[in-house]
Amino acid sequence: MRTPILATGCLAAAGMAAAETPVLTVMTYDSFISEWGPGPAVEKAFEAECGCDLRFVAAGDGAALLARVQLEGARSDADVVLGLDTNLTAAAAATGLFAPHGKMPALDLPVTWTDPQFIPFDWGWFAFVHDKALASPPGSFEELAASDLKIVIQDPRSSTPGLGLVMWVKAAYGERAAEIWQGLADNIVTVTPGWSEAYGLFLNGEADMVLSYSTSPAYHLIAEEDDSKAAARFAEGHYLQVEVAGKLAGSDQPELADRFLDFMTGETFQSVLATTNWMYPAKTPEAGLPEGFESMRPEATLLFSSEEALAIREEALEEWRNALAR
Amino acid sequence: MAERAGTLAAGAVAATLGLLTLGTLAVVALQTGGGLRLGPADWAALRFTVWQAVLSALASVLLAVPVARALARRRFAGRGALIALLGAPFLLPVIVAVLGLLAVFGRAGLLNRGLEALGLPVLSVYGLHGVVLAHVFLNMPLAVRLILQGWATIPAERFRLAASLGFGPGDVFRHLERPMLREVLPGAVVVIFVICLTSFAVALTLGGGPRATTLELAIYQALRFEFDLTRAAVLALAQFALCAAAVLAAARLALPAGFGAGLDRTALTLAPGGWRRGLDALAIALAAGFLLAPLGAVVAAGLPGLGSLPDTVWAAAGRSVSVALASTLVSVAGALVLALAAARGARGFELAATLPLAASSLVLGTGLFLAVYPFVSPASVALPVTVLVNAALSLPFAFRVILPEARRMQADHGRLAEALGLRGMARLRWLVLPRLRRPLGFALGICAALSMGDLGVIALFAGEREATLPLLVQRLVGAYQMQAAASASLLLVALSFGLFWLFDWGGRRGAEA
Amino acid sequence: MLRLEKLRITQGDFTLRADWQVAEGSRVAVIGPSGGGKSTLLMAIAGFLAPSAGRVLWQGKDLAAVAPGDRPVSMLFQDQNLFPHLSLRENLGLGLSPRLRLDAAQEARIAGALERVGLAGLGAARPGRLSGGQQGRAALARALLRARPVLLLDEPFAALGPALKVEMLALVAEIAGETGAMVLMVTHDPQDARRLGGETVLVAGGEALPPRGTEALFADPPQALRDYLG
Repeated sequence: MRTPILATGCLAAAGMAAAETPVLTVMTYDSFISEWGPGPAVEKAFEAECGCDLRFVAAGDGAALLARVQLEGARSDADVVLGLDTNLTAAAAATGLFAPHGKMPALDLPVTWTDPQFIPFDWGWFAFVHDKALASPPGSFEELAASDLKIVIQDPRSSTPGLGLVMWVKAAYGERAAEIWQGLADNIVTVTPGWSEAYGLFLNGEADMVLSYSTSPAYHLIAEEDDSKAAARFAEGHYLQVEVAGKLAGSDQPELADRFLDFMTGETFQSVLATTNWMYPAKTPEAGLPEGFESMRPEATLLFSSEEALAIREEALEEWRNALAR
Repeated sequence: MAERAGTLAAGAVAATLGLLTLGTLAVVALQTGGGLRLGPADWAALRFTVWQAVLSALASVLLAVPVARALARRRFAGRGALIALLGAPFLLPVIVAVLGLLAVFGRAGLLNRGLEALGLPVLSVYGLHGVVLAHVFLNMPLAVRLILQGWATIPAERFRLAASLGFGPGDVFRHLERPMLREVLPGAVVVIFVICLTSFAVALTLGGGPRATTLELAIYQALRFEFDLTRAAVLALAQFALCAAAVLAAARLALPAGFGAGLDRTALTLAPGGWRRGLDALAIALAAGFLLAPLGAVVAAGLPGLGSLPDTVWAAAGRSVSVALASTLVSVAGALVLALAAARGARGFELAATLPLAASSLVLGTGLFLAVYPFVSPASVALPVTVLVNAALSLPFAFRVILPEARRMQADHGRLAEALGLRGMARLRWLVLPRLRRPLGFALGICAALSMGDLGVIALFAGEREATLPLLVQRLVGAYQMQAAASASLLLVALSFGLFWLFDWGGRRGAEA
Repeated sequence: MLRLEKLRITQGDFTLRADWQVAEGSRVAVIGPSGGGKSTLLMAIAGFLAPSAGRVLWQGKDLAAVAPGDRPVSMLFQDQNLFPHLSLRENLGLGLSPRLRLDAAQEARIAGALERVGLAGLGAARPGRLSGGQQGRAALARALLRARPVLLLDEPFAALGPALKVEMLALVAEIAGETGAMVLMVTHDPQDARRLGGETVLVAGGEALPPRGTEALFADPPQALRDYLG
């Protein structure tokens, strides 16, 4: 770690301490490192085996993470960036700041993974979550559009689930995406800046459904012993979010970074994820998945490659904006 | 000589504000992060931003007039407490305020449940009207205070004269109140217009969709999602231009003197009886209901989990309070230096003190990040930077509170102080602090509350362990911890209001009339 | 010696000229019509107004660069002569040390000055509790402590009743006598000028005329004074 302390040379003692215990800096999103997230357990477990100091730097949400990487550029203190998703990896790769990982662990993803720079650590399907009390949950976007159900979604210009939904509609309907959005316009109560505002509104009864993940009901079931939530299964299939990590080319701890990426797809790290990040672990732990994770398996999985996602993003956003801006 | 030192200090404060606002904008603009392209969507955002701000400002001020009038001419038990409580929404963190509003006006809110029970159609709060509603909730209290202050400036002799000439309420309005309103209202409209111009979360959450895109959201998007720094800078510049135009227009229309001190110096006004008495009671009751019901909802939502908050919340609360106290000291000291210089007639400082009001906090944070990044690790300066930014962002309010009293002090006692050679620290200790105790207390209170609630730039700088309470609330919601988030929000509100009350009380206690 | 050398003060389209001198220890009344520039003249001497031409000299030294508090001058304004938030003791103390760091000797002098003007024992009181006459006495007590060679009075007793005003003027004369200070006193009442004795400066028509013996002046008033006296 290129500490500015070393650079300015004012605290030699601190510098020497840093030299004795190598420091691995992992930049990630806020909720990963909160005390309810995977961060604390991961830090403890990795430090126990690496003889190093693992430090997290939080940078808002997933989208903010890429902006932060770009802001810091090649001078970044971070060695690993953890928490980008497939809608962002093409743009992330284009910055030239990431190094190839040179490994391909066997993973349990619903798609095959070949990206040379980013390794998945967890994944999930986007889904509309509702109360089980809801009489007839819709089975597709078209049924949803035809109903008078109210939904809350996130803004694709400021949140990753919001962008995921736009990609979902595009992947499912292609040319008809604009038409679908027009049909949905009168169902949308409001569009929030991020996931947490939308989910909060839903829990407060502001909408019948909220865009979230298929694993959200499992959270309520496991953490709150509340079996009242469900995710609606859509016939078009569900869009996939794959969360990945990558090593920065400018890292001064490349070996440690590699070790961390190996650790990340290992049993210890993966077994923590399901009930802290509430996503599917990239490699199913030996103990299997917790209760509730199997209750909604979509019929099909939709996902654009990262290049495709980058190429169609602007057009898809424009369709979304035009349909909702009327 | 003393005057020159004061003016130099004011110049340094003004230069710091300039660097923080325009300087950070330049830093962002100078990065080559993209091309200059303002699309039709950006222009739509510009139009919407101005339109919602105009509507919000007009609605806040027009609705505030009957409330302020009723409060000005009626005396009743609990009036002082009511005026203090009515100020609370202005000090609320925006996200907390929005949740409170939704508990009352949302689809599942009290109002709609009432309508349903009566068999009436349900009202939707989402859309332009929802944005305006939220802005009125947040800013009407400010307008009420500004206008109430206007009533207090009408000398009692005028009302006595009006009474002796047998003026009816209509005549009083025409000859006394209307001229005062003409002087006070434009300034109030402009202040609230500028505040609403940089609105972000309110417009996005209640706006109902991309129709309600504000400039600040477009900036957020450019910074966070497209990493188009040039576009963000251009949008921020447009926001600056709008604010500057509004502030200059206000200077021509006479900006109101302030909104703090002297609430109860209100001279005896004419209090007409009959149906007007009922009307005043109605205005006060409606305003109190409108402003206090969402506050009640925030309290009700947060109360149950207050006892079982995780330790991190208390740690973050402690951090927030210390950050707020430090910001407050810096902010009020800066505002005092500027106000004293402006009161001595030095030019330009009023504009400098208004600059932060027009700044985009996103651009400010990004610019600061880019500026410090080559030299130090951002996480290591997260708290000092937060202190500085919070101080800068709350300085305009402190300045407005202090300026009128500083002017009066200069007019009443400036000459005597000079004749006695009272300068520097001696002048501060024996003249300025005792004379300005009341507005300083009020300014400290406002700054403390605003700094407590403001997310500011800490989100960009904070590492693992530096979270403040607002940031932690956001992290709690992000981790499905809704009850803890509601309770932490209540704690945040209680601490903000507590700090405000403490400082304001300290200022009033022992202050000379 | 206080010398006004080809002094010219401009405020907007109003101009006041003066070119004369006064000896140390003199008693000078400044009289003339309202708005004629009496206060303006005193403000220039005290350093609150910068001359547009000419100089104010004390003992041959130009005062242009000297701040009001450092001039050889104590001034009593029409009002606001005491800080309302400070006690009388503190108000007087400011005349000795602007930082209000007072040693025992200075405390004793303050108590003595209060006693001298008939306010013994009122050191802890705030000005708001005092009558107008008592406030005037306190301000004079501070001038006594400062003991500057020039005492400027800009009608500080205008709001007092006739008897009280006479009493205050007598006190001014006594204090000036004790400190040997020159007194320049603005008034609109010829009786005040006579009571002060000494000389009178007539300010009218944009000019402050050189001082003349008060009795001689009133015995043979120039046209401007006759217009003013009516």
